[in-house]
Amino acid sequence: MFSRAYRTIVTAPPLIWVAVFLLVPYALMFCYSFWSVSAAQTIVHSWNVANYQELLQKPVYWETLLRSMWIAARVMLFSLLLGYPLAYFLSFYAGKRKDLLYQMVIIPLWVSYLVRAYAWKTILGSDGVLNTLLQYVHLTKHPLDFLLYSPFAVVLTLTHIYTPFTILPIYASLEHIPRNLVEASHDLGATPAQTFWKVIFPLSIPGVVAGATFAFVLSLGDFLAPLLLGGPSGIMISNIVVSLFGAAYNWPLGAAISLCMLVVVVSLLFFSERLEKKWSFS
Amino acid sequence: MAIETALATNATANPPVSKVTLLSIRKVAKTFGSNVVLRDISLEIAEGEFLTILGESGSGKTTLLRIIAGFETATSGEVWMGGERLDREPPYRRRVNTVFQHYALFPHLTVEQNVGYGLRVARRPEAEIRQRVAEALEKVKMSAHAKKKPSKISGGQQQRVALARALVNRPRLLLLDEPLSALDANLRRQMQVELKSLQREVGIAFVFVTHDQEEAMVMSDRIALLRSGELEQVATPREIYNRPATAYVAQFIGHTNLLKGEVRQGIARCGSLTWKTSLPDGPAQFSLRPENLRLSAKSAVPGAVRVSGRILSQAFHGATDLIRAESGDGLVLVARTASGGVTQDRVELEFSAADAIPVRESPERI
Repeated sequence: MFSRAYRTIVTAPPLIWVAVFLLVPYALMFCYSFWSVSAAQTIVHSWNVANYQELLQKPVYWETLLRSMWIAARVMLFSLLLGYPLAYFLSFYAGKRKDLLYQMVIIPLWVSYLVRAYAWKTILGSDGVLNTLLQYVHLTKHPLDFLLYSPFAVVLTLTHIYTPFTILPIYASLEHIPRNLVEASHDLGATPAQTFWKVIFPLSIPGVVAGATFAFVLSLGDFLAPLLLGGPSGIMISNIVVSLFGAAYNWPLGAAISLCMLVVVVSLLFFSERLEKKWSFS
Repeated sequence: MAIETALATNATANPPVSKVTLLSIRKVAKTFGSNVVLRDISLEIAEGEFLTILGESGSGKTTLLRIIAGFETATSGEVWMGGERLDREPPYRRRVNTVFQHYALFPHLTVEQNVGYGLRVARRPEAEIRQRVAEALEKVKMSAHAKKKPSKISGGQQQRVALARALVNRPRLLLLDEPLSALDANLRRQMQVELKSLQREVGIAFVFVTHDQEEAMVMSDRIALLRSGELEQVATPREIYNRPATAYVAQFIGHTNLLKGEVRQGIARCGSLTWKTSLPDGPAQFSLRPENLRLSAKSAVPGAVRVSGRILSQAFHGATDLIRAESGDGLVLVARTASGGVTQDRVELEFSAADAIPVRESPERI
């Protein structure tokens, strides 16, 4: 339909973009992860697997990776538990207020990430809004210290920040369900609860999978929330990567950890893509 | 297919219908905001009857169906089924099933699971479900496709599955919302016949919604013609064709000539045409079917009304031609003649006074 020259011209820019900004950095990262750092703090370009051995041998690395995945998993779970009912309400019951409520889901995304993270700091801190309130109503005598600088604070903040990312795909998949399927289900004698579990939920699975993937992947790579609100017990793997590339000046080990995260994320994306395909029927 | 053939097809397939009332629609009205969709609809449907709700798009026919199914609530009025108030029950408690316009098959379930859905949510024993689903699929000749997903079968096949899915629940009433409109002409004709014989076989009352008058003619025991939310006429296809109650009905069902004129002292007058009538004095309208206008022979039938005219156009319709002719005083008449019968540009036409059916402008209010 189009000439070969035209197709080349049109497809070249995105391909170049992907090559320069994705493939080359990943290739570099891959190479770095098999290099090492000399005592004189220079990068030695000799191929070895020492970084990966260190990763496996030092519990701080793989434990932090596992803890980060556990935090991401909880964020994913809470985002779904909060996001699904909201998306469901928005799609099926919001009526005329639909557009307004939809905007209200979007608006928090316009607010800077930092502002939202700091907001939680002022709420959860020992002199923060929540603790002051709890003491004022005499629920506690002393400020609760698990609220801030803890995995709890990280999970809470990340859930707040990434829930809109789960709401939007779930909402989109709910909107795609033809309403006559819901009517057909009622017509065939299914109660609203049966209709939800047998028709609506199965048909929204692609959105749930997409939303869950967003929440998990974005949380797993997050380093600001743990930095600002995590404290020592709330450190995540990205904080380690940041320090390895920064102060510690151990790019090779940082690259090796990044590569491990990449493997986790890519296999997750692969898996969720399969799942989404299996459950879409258009 | 012409209306006459449609009527002929129907005539052979129509045993009498029981007179036991199944569904009773009483003074149902529906408004959406300031928009009146249905106005004072009263209609009874007998056990085992095939009733068609016929009307143009926007006439309110689908809304009426959705009120029976329970997807819409009537603004006023009641719906009763077998001595029980139906319109207060949610759709899932009504023993009514629907075949949707675009079938509404569940895309994530196989054909078999779609058909078994109603029985499964009613928690019937698994063995019974299997048996009844197999029978239903057998009945609509879809057994070979039981394990397929709806997206893997054709429109006509989806149609059959939708039918099986509704009938397997043995409803007392089956509602069909333009179920054939998405099929191509040939398949539609075939499905009309199949659907009609299936209805006879299962003996369930059908309420069939369509905008296609031929379809209504072929399939129905009775037709309820809706116009802008009001019932124009409810009658058998034969009656509605031969004795249209209003000018709208006469024009909507088949071709007709509407003769506007007046009656004075037992004589109807329309332009230069006059004939005897028993109507009271006053303005009147008559419907004259094209097939009742004959080319008049030299020896005219006594009592026939005669008119001569200039042929405006002639259209070939297979076995017959439709001729449009204009009389001296500007009256345009359409006549159906044997194919290729007219070669000259002037014709002599005649009709019997009895074939000019008086029609009202709007339906009589009770």
